Amino acid sequence: MGTRRVFLIAFAFAALIGVSALAQGPTYGVGRTPTAEEIRALDISIGPTGEELPTGKGTAKEGAQVYRAKGCAGCHGAAGIGGTAPNLKSKDPKNPDVWARGRILPLRAPFATTVWDYINRGMPLNREGTLTADEVYALTAYLLYINDVIPEDQILDAQSLPKVKMPIGDRYASLPDWKPRTPRLKGYPY
Amino acid sequence: MTSCAEWTGVLLSTLLKECGLKGGASWFVAEGTEEVKGASSMPIAKAMDDCIVAYGMNGEAVRPQNGFPLRLMVPGFEGIFHTKWLRRIKVVDRYYMNYNDYGHLHEGEKEKEAALSYQIGPKSVITFPSGGQQLPGKGFYEVSGLAWSGGGAVKLVEVSTDGGRKWNKAEFKGTPQRMAHARFAYQWNWDGNEAELQSRCTDEIGQVQPSRAQIAKFWNKPFDETFSVPGLDNSIQPWRIAKDGSVTNGNA
Repeated sequence: MGTRRVFLIAFAFAALIGVSALAQGPTYGVGRTPTAEEIRALDISIGPTGEELPTGKGTAKEGAQVYRAKGCAGCHGAAGIGGTAPNLKSKDPKNPDVWARGRILPLRAPFATTVWDYINRGMPLNREGTLTADEVYALTAYLLYINDVIPEDQILDAQSLPKVKMPIGDRYASLPDWKPRTPRLKGYPY
Repeated sequence: MTSCAEWTGVLLSTLLKECGLKGGASWFVAEGTEEVKGASSMPIAKAMDDCIVAYGMNGEAVRPQNGFPLRLMVPGFEGIFHTKWLRRIKVVDRYYMNYNDYGHLHEGEKEKEAALSYQIGPKSVITFPSGGQQLPGKGFYEVSGLAWSGGGAVKLVEVSTDGGRKWNKAEFKGTPQRMAHARFAYQWNWDGNEAELQSRCTDEIGQVQPSRAQIAKFWNKPFDETFSVPGLDNSIQPWRIAKDGSVTNGNA
């Protein structure tokens, strides 16, 4: 059974990297090419370009209603602050240093797609995956609005969401070119 | 905390080649099946080097709490990358900045700290004698501990009994393996005076485990009680032996 699962997983990404359809693996002759629908159903990792985003749309006003209706306020506080779960609004929103405004996902994330992706995959607690695409767009718009990232009337959809300019810009550390079997940081006192 | 198990599986590179991996891929995203479907971006070079999709652990099927039916093993990397209940691997052309990746975010000028995540540095710790234990009196002891490194197999372990002034080569119990605990030992005749035990290891790519003082100097920070090691802490762990044989944390 384990083996069978290996190849289902393996072949799930053949189509994603633009490989022409392989009926079976060339060496071991197992597996099959997944259908576009099978991939779409699994493909919840949304990258910065937003190419995987589903159709749908939402605004901050709609998101404020979803925020109450889906119980977000119960853990994150009535206005995204002061709950038991991580704050969703900065306590120091005017600080010119973006990093000093706090570890607030809809403020510090380098891409708005990261916010959409996490609400979609991980919220609400114990009911993960139950939100519709429209609800996720609306919640993302609401959280970006209360952090002064977008105006209240902006409609977020698959086209507009990846274009949102996050306040952090590119002020975060880039990762080094990592090569296997080399020291992690040259000059570190080994 | 540290642990080490024997894992059995299929090389991720085998699976990727079967899928016709092309040269343009630079990262992959591994995603678990748990509630939040945790996903991490990792370099494709690591996938092609030594990652395995594991179905076995210590000679039996991977247990549910350890990732049944499949767990991605990323040897030498931080624990969070070893994706349990593996659901999907997605090959991409950039760092994907999903939630787990966002959790690794560092400030703009902290690129060196960012470089210290992912691969674990060389680390060793003496497990006997160690904090909270009690030596009954002066005389012969076998000092023993564990060493490991995300850089590969441990090549050398040294033990000091005088707080790091003189280093003595330790012996290995068995052959050190890549990305695995190596048990080491050093024969010590304690004269009953105050002593400070330390161990440091060197791995197969030449990385040497640093002291906290060396790390503080690298970061140009004062080495006092406020100092904490940025990133994963692989510093030397000192144990203080008092005249009455009690063993306490040399960093405290």
